[in-house]
Amino acid sequence: MGEALQTFISDLIEYPFLQHALSISLILGIACGMVGCFIVLRGLALMGDAISHAVLPGVAISYILNISYFFGAVAFGIMAALGISFLQHNSKIKSDSAIGIVFSAFLALGILLVTKIQSAINLNNILFGNVLTITPSDRILTIVVAGVVITAIFLFFKELQLSTFDPVMAQTSGLSVNLINYLLMLLLTLITVVSLQTVGVILVVSLLITPASTAFLLTKSLKSMLWVSALIGAFSAVIGLFFSVTYNLPSGVVIVLTATIIFLLVFFFHPKSGLLWQQVNKRRPKTA
Amino acid sequence: MLEIQNLSVVYSNGVEALSDVNLQLNAGSIYGIIGPNGAGKTTFVKGILGIVPAHGKVTYKGKSIKSWAKQTAYVEQKKNLDLDFPISVLDCVLLGTYPKLRFFEKPGATEKAAARKAIQQVGLTDQENRQIGELSGGQFQRVLIARTIVQDADLIFLDEPFVGVDVNSEAIIIDLLKQLVAEGKTIFMVHHDLSKVRDYFEKVILINKKVIAHGPTEKAFTKENLIKTFDVLDNPLFT
Repeated sequence: MGEALQTFISDLIEYPFLQHALSISLILGIACGMVGCFIVLRGLALMGDAISHAVLPGVAISYILNISYFFGAVAFGIMAALGISFLQHNSKIKSDSAIGIVFSAFLALGILLVTKIQSAINLNNILFGNVLTITPSDRILTIVVAGVVITAIFLFFKELQLSTFDPVMAQTSGLSVNLINYLLMLLLTLITVVSLQTVGVILVVSLLITPASTAFLLTKSLKSMLWVSALIGAFSAVIGLFFSVTYNLPSGVVIVLTATIIFLLVFFFHPKSGLLWQQVNKRRPKTA
Repeated sequence: MLEIQNLSVVYSNGVEALSDVNLQLNAGSIYGIIGPNGAGKTTFVKGILGIVPAHGKVTYKGKSIKSWAKQTAYVEQKKNLDLDFPISVLDCVLLGTYPKLRFFEKPGATEKAAARKAIQQVGLTDQENRQIGELSGGQFQRVLIARTIVQDADLIFLDEPFVGVDVNSEAIIIDLLKQLVAEGKTIFMVHHDLSKVRDYFEKVILINKKVIAHGPTEKAFTKENLIKTFDVLDNPLFT
């Protein structure tokens, strides 16, 4: 392992393609970690999952039309969000069912299109991610979009915080809660789409939810939660890169496993809130 | 003066939750909104504020109430808030400064000082850095009142602030509310405990899907009106 690490670092210094992969992994880990905080606090995890799966037909259609995957994916992401909203508000279908119906349909359509096209789109890369195969133009797109998302969160922090914690107070005091919701859905769609090539359609939701949930267990303020989540996201992404390069594994898979291991460590062992400590404290006689 | 004209709220399934409310309410008083559960008290408040789709017109000092958003505070039932949310007492009270801050402006020293002053008024200074989930019901309600004080709003709406609140917190809160009224603010409180109505409210509005009665407490809060409001005409306990 130590040797592999040394090889990785020297390769990093030597090869631009690895440096690019590293910078993408870092910024995506940070951006997903930050957006993920709001997804977790608003209970939108299922929605996040849905949008990431729903963009697949968009990717396929972009290829057919010979345009960048970005536009098709974003278009389908937005269509899925609108379709889900439509089902929820115009029938008695419950919200989780609406989400399930729409995203599985879109995902199925996407897989159908991709296998039929049988083209240069490597289904494996789309489903599970391969950060090493990202083209330079896509790299720039990814970094720019992730940068925009991070900046938006900084700029709209107050509004996002208030509307997430107390939407009624937000609405009463003149903030358009609907607008903030749409903004968040847009940020979610954008970051999901640019993360596809690194983490893959199936697993990108994990990069959104797991670091943020870990941070949720650890922090008492939204600002700290954002920082910690970003850190864990970035760390998981870098570890993912290391293992994917060294052992030829899909990057998305390792990123998710890393983030999950960190979550489990915190869940069980964190002093005060960790499960293990909760059990220990229950048995210990309380001192006055 | 708060003028409510033909206010009604109809749910999406067609049921009329609140019908044809017409009221002219003077500013500078504390109003109790009284009525049975599920009969429209919260809907009345949300309808006035436009949080639920409503028909009719509501104006304050002649202008549409929507234009007074920055001078309006609504503290909803605290059970609707997520106590696990990562926010401390101080940060929660600071939220009250947000409506008056500009878009990219962050709360600064002035805002923090105002928040701390309000926290002191509710007696929670040494809990300032606690996460809200660590507080009792009464303490958390005091935090929400401190937030309202910081908002410095002219119109304050409170929804059942005394549910699950200890006696001490209730006393602190009602004192502060009376101070706010003395400063010229107008307070509307949805309240469930009939025993304290005469002590707390100068005026009452009795609601059961419509306004049954309203006015100064001594005149409006009568046995006859209560019987009508709480639909207990046939209840032997009341007659």
